[in-house]
Amino acid sequence: MSNGRYGEYGGQYISETLMNELLYLEEQYYRHMNDPEFVEELNTLLKEYAGRPSLLYYAKRMTEDLGGAKIYLKREDLNHTGAHKINNVLGQVLLAKKMGKTRVIAETGAGQHGVATATAAALLDMECEVFMGEVDTKRQALNVYRMELLGAKVHSVKSGTKTLKDAVNDAFRDWIARVHDTNYVIGSTMGPHPFPMIVRDFQAVISAEAREQFLEKEGKLPNAVIACVGGGSNAMGAFYNFIDDEEVKLIGCEAGGRGIDTPYNAAALTKGKIGIFHGMKSIFNQGEYGQIAPVYSVSAGLDYPGVGPEHAYLRDTGRAEYVPVTDEEAVNAFEYLSRMEGIIPAIESAHAVAYAMELAPKMDENDMIMICLSGRGDKDVRSIAEYRGVELNE
Amino acid sequence: MSKIANAFENGKAFIGFLTAGDPTVEKTVEYILAMEEAGCDLIEIGIPFSDPMAEGVVIQDANVRALKHNTTTDDVFDIVREVRAKTDIPLVFLTYINPVFFYGYERFFKRCSELGVDGIISPDLPYEEKGEIAEIARKNDVDVISLIAPTSKERIQKIAADASGFIYIVSSLGVTGMRSEIKTDLNSIIGDIRDVCDLPLAVGFGINTPEQSRDIAKIADGVIVGSAIVKIIEEHGENAAEPLKEYVSSMKKAANE
Repeated sequence: MSNGRYGEYGGQYISETLMNELLYLEEQYYRHMNDPEFVEELNTLLKEYAGRPSLLYYAKRMTEDLGGAKIYLKREDLNHTGAHKINNVLGQVLLAKKMGKTRVIAETGAGQHGVATATAAALLDMECEVFMGEVDTKRQALNVYRMELLGAKVHSVKSGTKTLKDAVNDAFRDWIARVHDTNYVIGSTMGPHPFPMIVRDFQAVISAEAREQFLEKEGKLPNAVIACVGGGSNAMGAFYNFIDDEEVKLIGCEAGGRGIDTPYNAAALTKGKIGIFHGMKSIFNQGEYGQIAPVYSVSAGLDYPGVGPEHAYLRDTGRAEYVPVTDEEAVNAFEYLSRMEGIIPAIESAHAVAYAMELAPKMDENDMIMICLSGRGDKDVRSIAEYRGVELNE
Repeated sequence: MSKIANAFENGKAFIGFLTAGDPTVEKTVEYILAMEEAGCDLIEIGIPFSDPMAEGVVIQDANVRALKHNTTTDDVFDIVREVRAKTDIPLVFLTYINPVFFYGYERFFKRCSELGVDGIISPDLPYEEKGEIAEIARKNDVDVISLIAPTSKERIQKIAADASGFIYIVSSLGVTGMRSEIKTDLNSIIGDIRDVCDLPLAVGFGINTPEQSRDIAKIADGVIVGSAIVKIIEEHGENAAEPLKEYVSSMKKAANE
């Protein structure tokens, strides 16, 4: 795709003040990705620091219990900082450093991207400030403290709906004032070009590894790859190297919240319309007259009223399909995987687990499903207890 | 020649911004007329948006107030109709692109043309994406106002060469809001623009005092003020007409000292 377009989606709908910086970022990105030294440095960090490659784990008990397709988990939860976010962040912060920047900023919903950015900033000795909706700072208070421990400054964003989209707004507002020394380390495959491409490329390591691991373990590719989709970075990473393998079904799970027939969901591809926001043309939840709609999900990481442009394109071309998964289904899957495999998934990833639980029994025993287990669920234990009405006294 | 040129025929121009529907649709009409009476040469009407990414807190809050009572794009067109019944003052919309996209480009610009909106400024539609609306706007005689920022550098000349109406020079890095001093080398930016285009040049972002108005007017054709006006409306609510007139008149006067 040229010029950051994915069909009609993508583009660079952003303030003139940021345009030269985006063009410079793109130029620097290509320059460094073509520099074997940079690639080697990044790969070393991914291996020695983040713990890659991540395991491809055969979920035997789950497979036997559900009866049907063999289920594999791509264990991004085992990465340092507990989620796939570190893959992208190491790339972007290293790039920022090479570009001579001294400060990075990030938005965060669940806090995983903020923690990952703060981590990489500590490692690479950069100043770091993270923007997080006030609502999210409350439901993910532990992650706020983790970021502070790592030396980052956390801004509690009180504008708008006080969640992820507002954190993105404030991150852009900060960046526009400090383009000279700051890079915006965006957390998902969203925003103006080149961000959706850069984040996808850094996350594509997930499917690059998985493809090899399947060929090595099973001698064939999986029949389906399932991942949760908020902005869509773990899904894009999990899909990317399978896109040309047309026999591999690609399925994204959106936050269905309390149901797609209620206003309480964040299922952009299911309920949204085409629009232009946060620098990109894509699909957004919006009200009459194009006001961006408040969205809801039990999962702070999926609580975003839009989706990355490449996902919109994959949907339109039919290469990937996107399904809504409700809070209740996700929480059930959260508990199920914990009991069945001894793995507590992030509530975001539990959306993908939930859909796999529905799909696996309908498939043949010779079939295989890969779930991208994008993060671990320690951060969610408190809010899931609350969801179930369990009181925790600490 | 677009009607926007008229705004620059009465000495140095003063351009005032307000958010439609803040505090009410009726008051917006009244305040536009009051500002014109006090010497405002062109009015920027902000179409309220849920996520005004390029705005500082003052204008963000105005958007929240306008949307609280559900000011719609159709309401904003109603404001224009009421204003147009009384005056020919050049009017431009300041709007994020999504409300326009959602309304439908054809339908939006046709209504602009019917009601007499002379231009559109979209802070999230840079040169690269101008193609979204350029043709349709031209067909409907609506000028797409180009923004040039302190970071534009070698982009200045291609943006300026393709501009219409007037050129909006962003004085400072960052979002909208009042600033105590403008540090950008505006002379050099203006020089670069003048090499390729003779449209009127107006400077905005951060300007709020008569002293700034006077200084900017020495090097540019017009002064744009948003946050300071919105702040007056925030403070005086439904009784802002008189303080607005006083303020606009002092700024227009300073620009022409």
